[in-house]
Amino acid sequence: MSLTADEVKKIAFLARLSIQEENIQTYADNLSGILDLVAQMDAVDTDSVTPMAHPQDVSQRLRADVVTETNQREKFQQNSPAIEDGLFLVPKVIE
Amino acid sequence: MHNKSLTELSAALASGDLSSVELTHYFLDRIDQYDGDINSFVTVTSEQALAMAKQADEQIAAGQAGKLTGIPIGQKDIFCTEGVRTACGSKMLDNFIAPYNATVIDKLGAAGMPMLGKLNMDEFAMGSSNETSFYGAVKNPWDLDRIPGGSSGGSAAAVAARLTPVATATDTGGSIRQPASMCGLTGIKPTYGRVSRWGMIAFASSLDQAGVLARSAEDCALVLGEMAGFDEKDSTSVDRDVPDYTADLAEPLKGLKVGLPKEYFGEGLDSAVEKNIQDAIEEYKKLGAEMVEISLPNTHLAIPAYYVIAPAECSSNLSRFDGVRYGYRCEDPKDLTDMYERSRGEAFGSEVKNRIMIGAYTLSAGYYDAYYLKAQKIRRLISDDFKAAFEKVDVIMGPTSPVTAFKLGEKKDDPVSMYLSDIYTIALNLAGLPGMSIPAGQVEGLPVGLQIIGNYFEESKLLNVAHQFQQATDWHTQSPADYQ
Repeated sequence: MSLTADEVKKIAFLARLSIQEENIQTYADNLSGILDLVAQMDAVDTDSVTPMAHPQDVSQRLRADVVTETNQREKFQQNSPAIEDGLFLVPKVIE
Repeated sequence: MHNKSLTELSAALASGDLSSVELTHYFLDRIDQYDGDINSFVTVTSEQALAMAKQADEQIAAGQAGKLTGIPIGQKDIFCTEGVRTACGSKMLDNFIAPYNATVIDKLGAAGMPMLGKLNMDEFAMGSSNETSFYGAVKNPWDLDRIPGGSSGGSAAAVAARLTPVATATDTGGSIRQPASMCGLTGIKPTYGRVSRWGMIAFASSLDQAGVLARSAEDCALVLGEMAGFDEKDSTSVDRDVPDYTADLAEPLKGLKVGLPKEYFGEGLDSAVEKNIQDAIEEYKKLGAEMVEISLPNTHLAIPAYYVIAPAECSSNLSRFDGVRYGYRCEDPKDLTDMYERSRGEAFGSEVKNRIMIGAYTLSAGYYDAYYLKAQKIRRLISDDFKAAFEKVDVIMGPTSPVTAFKLGEKKDDPVSMYLSDIYTIALNLAGLPGMSIPAGQVEGLPVGLQIIGNYFEESKLLNVAHQFQQATDWHTQSPADYQ
């Protein structure tokens, strides 16, 4: 299968990835190659097969609903690109 | 000194002939001397290592030492280390100082192992050659023009060049076993759920598993014993006792049933590599093992299914990198979307982008059944192949990689040809089974790895099978000429 430049742009937008115009064809070629590889799955009849989500087929554990984490906002925000008064700053969202 | 086993180092420390501070200095000096060419460490934590070594010496003097107290270790830069940059091979996390420790880091710290530093890797563990790292490619100590394998290429190169006695690593599709094979090391990827994933930066959560890269099965057994165990902070951690992995090492192999999958000896396997593997199989026969031809008929579907499941999970996991709370943020974003797009676009490398986009595409509306669900069904078929095989045999053997270490740049621009080099390792991750790679020969001076696959939670059996081979052969003691 071969993806067009417009399809690649659409996927990049879905994934919120800016891609340089001059690289779009390379990504189109790479992604098309990977999808061709993946297409080998189509030859197999899997109608009666149960999908496998986890190697041991275990279910999610539950824990008691108690507080286990303490607030460490200042420590965690040391890695933040922009903060003010304990809040994360982002570009204006609402006009 | 740098060729001593962990048991020998432990004995030297216990006897007082050697202090942990001296040993740690010794390896820090080797890193300083040799790593300029190899590029295996991205961060060397000398101060922290020496402080931990001093503490280890105090524990030894007080008679409170464990088996590994005072022996230095290198940590793959995928494990969060409190107060130390944890970049996962990416520009995205180049400025990220982890605010907490991964469980693996805590456990190995509690075992008294000084951390020498953080080891280079493919960006977010996506790669088979360690060429996708933001910090530059790692060179194979056996030949500096060649790749060390990936994604745990830094871990493998550092242990191979004897810059650290042992290293942690992770394996999502072969990232412990393939570099072990290409650098002449012994590596173990445990059963999915055996080692906690807490604090290990996620790539494909249903496949990721941490393990060890070392110089022998015995060394692997010692370190895995400290890393493994239930952790309530990892929802897929399995609540099951950790055995003493060294207890069964000496068991004789007489009567061991070894399955040889015919699909692992077919087209694409380099004939010189195959010859080495056949020689290793002959050696196992001498040790009393019985060879059984088996079939894993869905082997050819492992790579296609993996390149749906891994990118899909990667695209979900890496959506957390949005430039808001931590990690890279672009300059002067004009609005929120621009900030997301440029922060991610500027900080992720091209292979990570390939995989995120494949994941975004296969998970997008209308495609889920054709890709992700289909791949999970194939995953079941692959797992069932192994189940059927393990009714007949105790372990499965074959090559780890179809080729020896290839040249830097050889496959860099062709993702699909790179993916195909993981043909024998990927199926294990899909099934969640444990596997090892051990040195089993050389082709033109480059190491060849034998892969040994075990049933769920049979790490002790794998280590025993590997150790017995290493008692009878000396491939695992060979090291690259320039670093002896």
